[in-house]
Amino acid sequence: MTGARVGRVGYLAFCTCVFIFLVAPIIVIVPLSFNAEPYFTFTEGMLRFDPEAWSLRWYREIVENEAWTRGLVNSLVIGVSATLLATALGTLAALGLSSPAMPARRFITGLLISPMVTPVIISAAGMFFFYTNLGLAQTHLGLILAHATLGLPFVVITVVATLSAFDRNLTRAAASLGAGPVRIFRTVQLPLIAPGVISGALFAFATSFDEVVVVLFMGGLEQRTIPRQMWAGIREQISPAILAVATFLVVFALALLLTVEWLRRRSSA
Amino acid sequence: MGLVLPLLIFLGVTFLAPLGTMLLRSVYDPVVADALPATLTALRGWDGEGLPPEAAYEAAAREIGAAREARTLGQVASRANRLQSGLRGVFTRTGRDLREVTEGPWREAMAAIDSAWVDPGTWHAVRAAGERFTARHYLNALDMQRLADGSVARQPEERRIYLPLLWRTLLVSLAITVFCLVLGYPIAHLIAHARPRRAGLLLALVLVPFWTSLLVRTTSWIVLLQTQGVINDLLVAIGLIGDDGRLSMVYNMTGTLVAMTHVLLPFMVLPLYSVMRSIPPLHMRAAASMGATPAQAFRRVYWPQTLPGVGAGSLLVFILAIGYYITPALVGGSSGQLISNMVAYHMQTSLNWGLAAALGALLLVGVLVLYLLYDRLVGVERMSLGS
Repeated sequence: MTGARVGRVGYLAFCTCVFIFLVAPIIVIVPLSFNAEPYFTFTEGMLRFDPEAWSLRWYREIVENEAWTRGLVNSLVIGVSATLLATALGTLAALGLSSPAMPARRFITGLLISPMVTPVIISAAGMFFFYTNLGLAQTHLGLILAHATLGLPFVVITVVATLSAFDRNLTRAAASLGAGPVRIFRTVQLPLIAPGVISGALFAFATSFDEVVVVLFMGGLEQRTIPRQMWAGIREQISPAILAVATFLVVFALALLLTVEWLRRRSSA
Repeated sequence: MGLVLPLLIFLGVTFLAPLGTMLLRSVYDPVVADALPATLTALRGWDGEGLPPEAAYEAAAREIGAAREARTLGQVASRANRLQSGLRGVFTRTGRDLREVTEGPWREAMAAIDSAWVDPGTWHAVRAAGERFTARHYLNALDMQRLADGSVARQPEERRIYLPLLWRTLLVSLAITVFCLVLGYPIAHLIAHARPRRAGLLLALVLVPFWTSLLVRTTSWIVLLQTQGVINDLLVAIGLIGDDGRLSMVYNMTGTLVAMTHVLLPFMVLPLYSVMRSIPPLHMRAAASMGATPAQAFRRVYWPQTLPGVGAGSLLVFILAIGYYITPALVGGSSGQLISNMVAYHMQTSLNWGLAAALGALLLVGVLVLYLLYDRLVGVERMSLGS
């Protein structure tokens, strides 16, 4: 019996360590972003909770630095446009895929999801070659199309999953009462699958908002996004300002996560 | 079907056409053939022994001059240089000095500018660079070369770069998959069999890193692992290591392994969790009631039922790991680079796009095979995105 008990304690201790491994790296940067010194570690003053050692200087720096504010604008413009495009096309395709009359469903689903598993360096290299030929490299439009492509699989997956729980009798009932396909979609299907569509859209937005490789290959100075700016910060001139940006992104991720979970609960309730 | 069509067309243009362009790039390169057409025609009659005819020299002199005017000489020179190093300088020098030569004999004139022009090897290289369609980049990517007599041989040991790197990429991906499984299995089990409230909380601890920006997580690992970083400071403070014995845990393979395991762990936990949740706890109790020890019950009853989750998670982590670029690029230093980083290097630094495309194509084929396997075993439509 004691053997089992030791095993149980060991198991819980191991699990605790893994959870710490998962979360600690994300938590640790938050206090460090308030460092008054340009270091990436806790200064003695910070550990003594000396108010002098804590400051908002890196937050001031990112707000005042035009490179970061322009990056934010670019990220939002590209992210929102790519999300709208991916959500519209992805939702339509998911509706098609879920219809019983869909031919070659498995093959087409595999094709639609493939941008998610293709190594992004390969997609980025191919897009660089192809979009340069079309004159779309170093334009916002090029990046929007590229990011929409990378975000699409998430929309398809979440909407297909929501639709699998959808009762087809509802559309049949609506049709028997004389509603056309557009009206059925707008008044019956869409309200029911809306949580899945919004989750997919958030996934697509998060994908674009965190994408750096395509931007590295195809974006010019005018298309620098937040991740591109962070990349430069990590590779070229390391400054705790990136920790301030990182903290902002962690808060943003938490907000996204809570929204998606809330939507999931709503749709399953 | 009509509903799927817009997306298929969209993907065809934004995704499949780019991949096709890349594949084409890996076998097709018209730059030299377009710049030196008459030279290549003249070389067609050359038997490869001794020096080519005067006609080839005359055409080369004219076309090198024209390429210089059209500013394409640099591209031609760098392609010839990849086949025989030193030719870049020969081409640029020749282009510059030929302006003062107005009449033949061209062989003597070019030989006077650079003696490389009376070396048959130079002309072999020009002829090879002039092929529009070539398997050269693939040979290169597989550490092979075409010898002067046309046969294919492996590169000498010290010049093999890509096969060892490919091998390293596979080993690292395998190691990361194993780490993720070892770390992920117990916590997936804990979450799957906890009471609902606590399970939700623990699941959130897995999902937070899943949603957090990749660059943020990579930055965090630099902050934690670097020599003046948090972990080293902590170890020094508690006296486990001396101030001069700080561990180097980042900008090397350790950094790549730790950061990538962290990034990919949720992709292991989520499929495991969804499989484990469907295993009734009654099974284990039944096994125990019939006299099985916990270890026996786990091995014979629980583990076999989780195999679909183990397979799905491992395959997904492995697929994502072999193509990983960002994390190794930022925390891998020079010893922690993977094949993707080599693709990026040839795209951005050496500008040998044909070779980058060939390496990318090989990687793509590998991923595609694994993806098909995943579809066979798990089904792509069941790919889980957090519960």
